[in-house]
Amino acid sequence: MNAEIIAFIALSTIALVSALLVVLRENPVGSAFSLILSFFAVAGLYALVGAHFVAALQILVYTGAIMVLFVFVVMLLNADKPVLDFLKTSKWIKMTGAAAGIILLIVTGIALQPARTIQATGPWSTEQLIASGGHTRVLSLSMFSDHLFAFELTSFLLLAAIVATIALAKRRRS
Amino acid sequence: MDFPILWMKIAVVLVGLLATVPIMLFVERRGSALMQDRLGPNRIGPFGLLQAALDVVKFLFKEDRALRHTNQAYFTLAPWIAVVPAFMTFAVIPFASSMDWDGRHVSFQIANLDVGILYCFAIASLGVYGIIIAGWASNNKYSLMGSLRSSAQMISYELSMGLSVIGIILSFSSLKLGDIALGQGQAFFTVFGHTIPKWGVLIQPLGFILFLISVFAETNRLPFDLPEGESELVAGYHLEYGSMKFALFFMAEYINMAVASALVTTLFFGGWQMLPGFPYLHHVLFGSAEFQTQEIARVGFEALSFLSKIAFFMWLFVWVRWTIPRFRFDQLMHFGWKVMFPLSLLNVVLTAYLVMKGVL
Repeated sequence: MNAEIIAFIALSTIALVSALLVVLRENPVGSAFSLILSFFAVAGLYALVGAHFVAALQILVYTGAIMVLFVFVVMLLNADKPVLDFLKTSKWIKMTGAAAGIILLIVTGIALQPARTIQATGPWSTEQLIASGGHTRVLSLSMFSDHLFAFELTSFLLLAAIVATIALAKRRRS
Repeated sequence: MDFPILWMKIAVVLVGLLATVPIMLFVERRGSALMQDRLGPNRIGPFGLLQAALDVVKFLFKEDRALRHTNQAYFTLAPWIAVVPAFMTFAVIPFASSMDWDGRHVSFQIANLDVGILYCFAIASLGVYGIIIAGWASNNKYSLMGSLRSSAQMISYELSMGLSVIGIILSFSSLKLGDIALGQGQAFFTVFGHTIPKWGVLIQPLGFILFLISVFAETNRLPFDLPEGESELVAGYHLEYGSMKFALFFMAEYINMAVASALVTTLFFGGWQMLPGFPYLHHVLFGSAEFQTQEIARVGFEALSFLSKIAFFMWLFVWVRWTIPRFRFDQLMHFGWKVMFPLSLLNVVLTAYLVMKGVL
C-alpha cells in the first residue's frame, strides 16, 4: 500500500467518525469540536486529490472562521446540558431525517457516477492545468467568466441572509 | 523531489523556530528592562544569557498538576493545538532563492504550494482553537472570558489581514510566496543613480500598515493581548496551566511572532532579497571565487538578509509591547470593524484600479 491510500483511509475514517460524533455527542461544545475535526479531515482529502485551493478555502472559511463563530455562540449560550435529547424527539422527525439522508446519498451517488470513469476534461486536465499556470488561476478564471452569474447570485443570496438576520435580531430587541 | 534535502530543510526550519524562543525570551526581558530603565535578569551567565536555559529546566521539572475541575482530554490537547499550527505555517515561506547544487535544483522553501499565502492564513487560523479549547476546558470564568475575547478578536482581524494582502497579490499576480519575493527584486524607479527595488512596502504602504496591525492582533501581542489581559483576567486562557503545558503556549506565541515577522518580510520587505550593501559585499569577498562557492555565498547572504529583516520585526514586536498600553475591548472591536475593515476594502479597490490602469 502506498502512502496516498493510507492517508486517504486515515482521513476518511477521521472525517466519518467525527461527523458521527457531531450528532451523537450530548455536549454541544464537544459536537462543535468534532465538526471542526471533520472539516479538517475533509480539507485533507481535498489536498490529497491535488485541489489545494479548495483545501485552503475549506480550512480558511469553514474550519477557521465559521466554526470559530459556532464555538463562540455555543460558549456564550453556555449550553452545558444537551439541548436536543435524541430519545425524546418524535418518531416522525427521526424518520424524516433518515429519509432525507438516504435521498441525499442516492442523489449524490447518481450525480458523481460519471466522475468514476471519465478523466477530468477541458481546462481541468493535468496538461491544461500546468500549461495555464496552476489550479488557482484556472479556477478563478472560470469562476469569474463562465460561472459569473451563479457566483454573483450566490453572493446575493448570502447578502439577503445577512440582511434578514439583522432584521430579525433588531425586532427581538424592541 | 529529493527526500534527504526536503528533510534537511524541515529540520533547519524546526530548529530555527525552536531557537527563536529562548533568544526572544532574553530579548524581551532585557529589552523591557532597557525601556523601563531597569537592569533585567543579568546574573546567570554573561549578560544573563543563560537565564532562558534555566527557565527551560524549571519548566521541565515542575510538577504537572492534574486539576480535577478541568476537562482533562481537552485540557491536555489545547497547548498542542496552539503550537503545531504555529510551526506548520512556516512551510511555504522561502528563506533564500534557489541554486543549482550537484546537478540538482535546490529551492530554499519546504513546499512551493500553488495557494501559498492562503495556506499560511488557513493554518494560522487554526491556532485560535488552542486558545478557545484551553479557556473552555479550564472550566473557569476568567479563562472562558479570555477565549471568548480571543475568538471575537481573531474573526474581526482576520478579515482585514486577508484583505490587506490582496493588494500585494494583485500587484505580483501570484499567490506563491516565492513569486512574490522574486517579484520584489525588480527595479521600481531610479533615484540619483540608485535603483530602488519594487518592495511591497513601497507599492502598498497602506496595505503594509493594515497588515502589520492585524498581525499584532492575530498574535495576541500588546496592544491586542486581551485574551490574556493579566490586569483584568488574571492570565486569561492559560490561567490554569503550568509546567510544560504552559511552556507550549509560550512557545506558540513566540513562534507565531517569528512566522508573522517572516510573512511581513516576505510580503512587504523583499523576503530574501539582499539588503542594501550585501550585493557589493558579496562581489568584493567572493567575486573571484569559483562559481559554486559564489552561489553558496549568495544563498548565505540572502538567508542572512532574510534573518536580519525578521530580527527587526521581532524587535518591533517587543518595542511596541513595552510602549503602547492595552486596548479596551469595545475600542478593539470598533477599531477592527470601523477603521481597519473599510480601509482594507479601500486598499483593494484602489490597487485593483491602479493595476487595471497598468501603473503597478
